[in-house]
Amino acid sequence: MTNTKSAQSTSKEKVKGTSTLELTRRRFLRSPMAKVGGVMVLALVIVTVFAPFFAPYDHNQIRLGKAYVPPQPIRFIDHEGRFHLRPFTYALTPGFDPDTWQRTFIEDTSRRYHLHFFVRGWEYTLFGLIRTDIHLFGVAEGGSIFVLGTDKLGRDLFSRIIFGGQVSMSVALLGAIVSALLGAIIGALSGYFGGWFDMVVQRIIELLLSFPTLPLFMALSVAIPVEWPPLGVFIGIIMIFALLSWPVLAREVRGKVLSYREEEFVMAAQALGATHLYTVFRHVLPNVVSHIVVVLTITVPDLILAEGALSFLGLGIQPPLVSWGVLLSDASTLETIGRYPWLLLPGIAILATVLAFNFLGDGLRDAVDATSTV
Amino acid sequence: MFKFIVRRLIYAVPTLILISFFSFVIINAPPGDYMTTMQNVLVAQAGMSPAEARQLADRMRAIYGLDQPFLVRYGRWISAIVTRGDFGFSFMYRRPVSEVIWQRFGMTLLVALSAHLISVLIGVLIGIYSATHRYSWGDHAATLFAFIGLSMPGFFLALILMYVLAFHFGQHVGGFFSPEYALAPWSWSRFVDFLQHFWVPVLVVGLAGTARNMRVMRANLLDVLNSNYVRTAKAKGLAPRSVIYKHAVRNAIQPIVMYLGVTMPFLLSGELVASTVLNLPTMGPVFLAALNTQDMYLAGSFLMLLAIVLVISNLLADIALSWVDPRIRYD
Repeated sequence: MTNTKSAQSTSKEKVKGTSTLELTRRRFLRSPMAKVGGVMVLALVIVTVFAPFFAPYDHNQIRLGKAYVPPQPIRFIDHEGRFHLRPFTYALTPGFDPDTWQRTFIEDTSRRYHLHFFVRGWEYTLFGLIRTDIHLFGVAEGGSIFVLGTDKLGRDLFSRIIFGGQVSMSVALLGAIVSALLGAIIGALSGYFGGWFDMVVQRIIELLLSFPTLPLFMALSVAIPVEWPPLGVFIGIIMIFALLSWPVLAREVRGKVLSYREEEFVMAAQALGATHLYTVFRHVLPNVVSHIVVVLTITVPDLILAEGALSFLGLGIQPPLVSWGVLLSDASTLETIGRYPWLLLPGIAILATVLAFNFLGDGLRDAVDATSTV
Repeated sequence: MFKFIVRRLIYAVPTLILISFFSFVIINAPPGDYMTTMQNVLVAQAGMSPAEARQLADRMRAIYGLDQPFLVRYGRWISAIVTRGDFGFSFMYRRPVSEVIWQRFGMTLLVALSAHLISVLIGVLIGIYSATHRYSWGDHAATLFAFIGLSMPGFFLALILMYVLAFHFGQHVGGFFSPEYALAPWSWSRFVDFLQHFWVPVLVVGLAGTARNMRVMRANLLDVLNSNYVRTAKAKGLAPRSVIYKHAVRNAIQPIVMYLGVTMPFLLSGELVASTVLNLPTMGPVFLAALNTQDMYLAGSFLMLLAIVLVISNLLADIALSWVDPRIRYD
């Protein structure tokens, strides 16, 4: 072992600074789409992790008097044409449309509420540790800033989208991670050992891949008992995603491991007395890690879409937990979206997130593929 | 060729048995059955006492054989399908499953296959344009379109189309016909009305596929265009059009043909969601309702049929591939 290590380090010195990782990084940074995707994903993760800081309101706070408020414009110029350096919103007075019998909200131009940053608002605990009430933005007491409007119970849609992102993103990320682990382990073992184990695994993979995924997700999520608490359903959905998504990766890892099985470094490890399991996880699997990361990145957007569809159909995440799919299920009838079109906005969040992960995954795939000439 | 098809069909038999068993397992996974649903409805709406309702439900279970052990129920179900083409009884519709399914399943396939056809056609054409005009303005636009197409949630697209068509164009949306044509006999204007409704689900289902085909076609054609035989053809003075369409495209299109079968699940999944949003008389809304009420023979049969469609379409794709690429020998 020491010999191979020193041999590695001398070869590293010869080609200084161009390790595989460095080459991958360079290829990744050469693609503008990959960079855009990376930055978007990073931003999404930050917003999701610090959700209460970015949300101006508590996403579950009900205001019956403020139901279905349309998105409030943030203004710089007031009704008299004067420019204000600090943006503001007008106060809302409830009105009534005699034609449609609908409640309307009229901007009261006499009362301006200026936008402030790092304001104190509702209290929250970050990571269960830090108690604080600082929010990125907000307006003074008495005013309101419903950037994307409110829903049927007067809950702030913008805050709900941010908190919905927490659930949607963690379902997809955890589901993808567990399925990648399963896929990598099963695929590696199946490729390395072959024999009857490989036979059985291959049949299971074939079986799972012969079903379209969404109907399977739907059928299995019905099996989650209705008595379960929302958090239990949340974990159940993650498990369903993980248990049905591993075959693709397992098949690819198996193929790679099969091709590595007869390589010299595996034989060397065996000759030096390494056990089979040690050889697989210490020597074979690391060669496939980049590939696993790529598949992981590509699985995340698929699962975000799947969660959206499931929850939209009422089979996924259950209220009071909010996810983007749950939010969109409020907008499922023509009457609702006709009157309150802003309820469709959570769909944009899904679209943007999936787009970001697709950009990132595509860039990563090209970067990891040493033969690509992007 | 014939031998190959027969061999593949024989290989498919164990897969089909596994598929049917797995479908049945999944559909039976939820606790309770349709009678449990009925029992709850009887107590909640018909004012029956819980004990009475349970008695009634147990009697119904005995009549429909739901009190039998799992394997017996599976055995009865599958042997009825094989021997009589009887997929069981739909409790929700109070009719045999096959009566409920066939027409709707046909419409589901019609939407999915139309979307498939159009997405292959348009995807391949845009892909060829993108590859031959690499890094042009049009290529960038097509690539961006492809990314958005792949990232667009189907149900969201369906909602947006519904909103725009209904409130900005004043069109009737949902279903396959406007109310005035729903029960009318077929005529030219009814057909036009049908097309006006039909393109919406086809677009929703086919968008992602178009994007995928476009990206695959672009990448492959770029690879092929860099190969030596294309350079030779160009060097010999062949017209660029002939080089691309007669020589390059022929090789670049093979992965698309190979994926004709593999992409079917995406189309069928897309159709399920789109039809639920647009309230189409296809399998989507029925499958959802069957799952929610645990109408298990209906849901299970549909799940199994989906998988069978996939097995068949993979077989067809293999046959198509051998036709497109004569180098492939199956026997």
